[in-house]
Amino acid sequence: MNTNISVKVKNVKVESGEGLLQELWRRFRRNKLAMLGLIMTVTIILAAVSAGVIAPYDPIKQLIWTEGAAAKLASPSLTHPMGTDLYGRDIFSRVLYGARISLQIGIFATLVALLIGVPLGALAGYKGGICDDLISWLVNVVFAFPFILFVLAVVSIFQNPSLYLVFVAIGLIDWVFICRVTRGQFISLRSREFVEAAHALGLPTWRIIFRHILPNVIAPIIIQATLGMGGIITLEAGLAYLGFGAQPPTPSWGLMISEGQQYIAQGKWWWSFFPGVAIMYTVLAFNFLGDGLRDALDVRQKR
Amino acid sequence: MFTHIARRLLYAIPVVWGVVTAVFILMAVVPGDPARLMAGQRGDPATIARIRHDLGLDLPITQQYTKYIKELLRGDLGMSYRNNERVASAIKTRFTATMRLTLWAMLISVARGLTLGIISAAKQYAIFDYAAMFIAILGVSAPVFWVGLLLLLVFAYGLGWVPGVGAGDGSWRYLVLPAVTLGVRPAALLARLTRSCMLEVLNQDYTRTARAKGVSERMVVLKHALKNAMIPVITIIGTQISDLLSGAVLTESIFAWPGVGRLAVEALVNRDFPMIRGAVIVLALTFLVANLIVDISYGFFDPRIRYDTE
Repeated sequence: MNTNISVKVKNVKVESGEGLLQELWRRFRRNKLAMLGLIMTVTIILAAVSAGVIAPYDPIKQLIWTEGAAAKLASPSLTHPMGTDLYGRDIFSRVLYGARISLQIGIFATLVALLIGVPLGALAGYKGGICDDLISWLVNVVFAFPFILFVLAVVSIFQNPSLYLVFVAIGLIDWVFICRVTRGQFISLRSREFVEAAHALGLPTWRIIFRHILPNVIAPIIIQATLGMGGIITLEAGLAYLGFGAQPPTPSWGLMISEGQQYIAQGKWWWSFFPGVAIMYTVLAFNFLGDGLRDALDVRQKR
Repeated sequence: MFTHIARRLLYAIPVVWGVVTAVFILMAVVPGDPARLMAGQRGDPATIARIRHDLGLDLPITQQYTKYIKELLRGDLGMSYRNNERVASAIKTRFTATMRLTLWAMLISVARGLTLGIISAAKQYAIFDYAAMFIAILGVSAPVFWVGLLLLLVFAYGLGWVPGVGAGDGSWRYLVLPAVTLGVRPAALLARLTRSCMLEVLNQDYTRTARAKGVSERMVVLKHALKNAMIPVITIIGTQISDLLSGAVLTESIFAWPGVGRLAVEALVNRDFPMIRGAVIVLALTFLVANLIVDISYGFFDPRIRYDTE
């Protein structure tokens, strides 16, 4: 009897002709902005991964010692497509390496946020009652802080800011977005039949949450996480700009903007300009990608 | 309407308590002795002990907490570690500057966002529409401190239309660039949202009826459609308050604007914890109050919300 059923299910799948992933990909591909976002994201990942190969110069090598004063604050040219900074470092190479820092922070901070936000959101949404009240209260409290000040305060508690600290601190605030989305999804699913069936079978709560409901709400969580990447990368750049993130001589985009800012008044715009373009490009990439994923994955929700 | 406001106020109380307590905990786990920091390099043990006593740091943590809450209720934020200044009075002078910056940023962004959004929607798929939406997409994704630097480069150093950084004599010429900078992101979001809302409303039956009646296109757009597209606009203003206050911290730093955000960053550099604590509390309270106002105004603009807030 059991085998019969499984055979039937298999047949249905074969008849439909394509798997879920293929269908998603087809829908995703139709969306021009989504594809643009995907291509842009891939280029950033490529830049980060292969910076060691494609960067024309060492990102922290100060060319003024080998090439003399000509290498100092050189304007963009064929040898230095984005110019050089005060120490003769090639800005193009530094921007490429900067992708590593930004992506690392983006990915790890998002992981921290997911680790906190998904369980709490699931608990609040599934359990409701006092549990929901407490978690929602916590979310509201965190929301009340100006994000950048909260992260700054956490980072400044420790004497030596390290990148680990930065992404943990960002994750500690970014989880509220993930939590909100997860909670909403769990609330809308908790009274559905398949959950009641699992409950009636006597399954433990954690199993219902993680095995039965969570797989159904993965899509909105992934979308939220993707859309959140841009915000995290901007936040990290802001921290570095204020001097609390990556420390010199790390090629961090935010740090480069702050290093170059005093030379802007002298017309040496390139030092601060190109890292900003890189940030904008990255944020755009993740926004397009997130929007595209939403359109492809989330057929039921109209924004 | 009154119960709506009362309920909102009641909801805010535990959140305020949470914020205040979270700040206390954050500052309590800070390693290092503030008394030693205040006494400086030459501080002998006796001085340090006296300062510890004066600050109440020799009390058990629970008593420190009750003392802290009591002082807060009186509006006392303690003394700065750096200079013998009351945190509350230092923040008071800076707070006006932050409010002036943020409110103007909001006004400018609403004006810009609405205009761009309305024209884009009215002339959908025209060159203006594409250009405006392209700029809006860039505006959403550009980091605020970078936008500020570019504006400085062009308008202050390049064209010389406005002075550079600082608040100067307080004239509007010093305010323009920081306010425009801070307003870029909300303006861009608003432009995109206004456009999509307007497009939706312009396709409704009642808009068609208005057109059929012979109402001029200008009146259709400005009167019939715009009114209905306003609710999402309030929503976006509500969601942007947090962004505006965070952005103010950065904008004030770029433009050397004498506000609470810059005060907080300076305090962080100096590890002046009472000052940080005060600035964070004041900004968080500002956020909560602003949100309260937005919540209440929802009920004002859309009566349906008053009845089903549960």
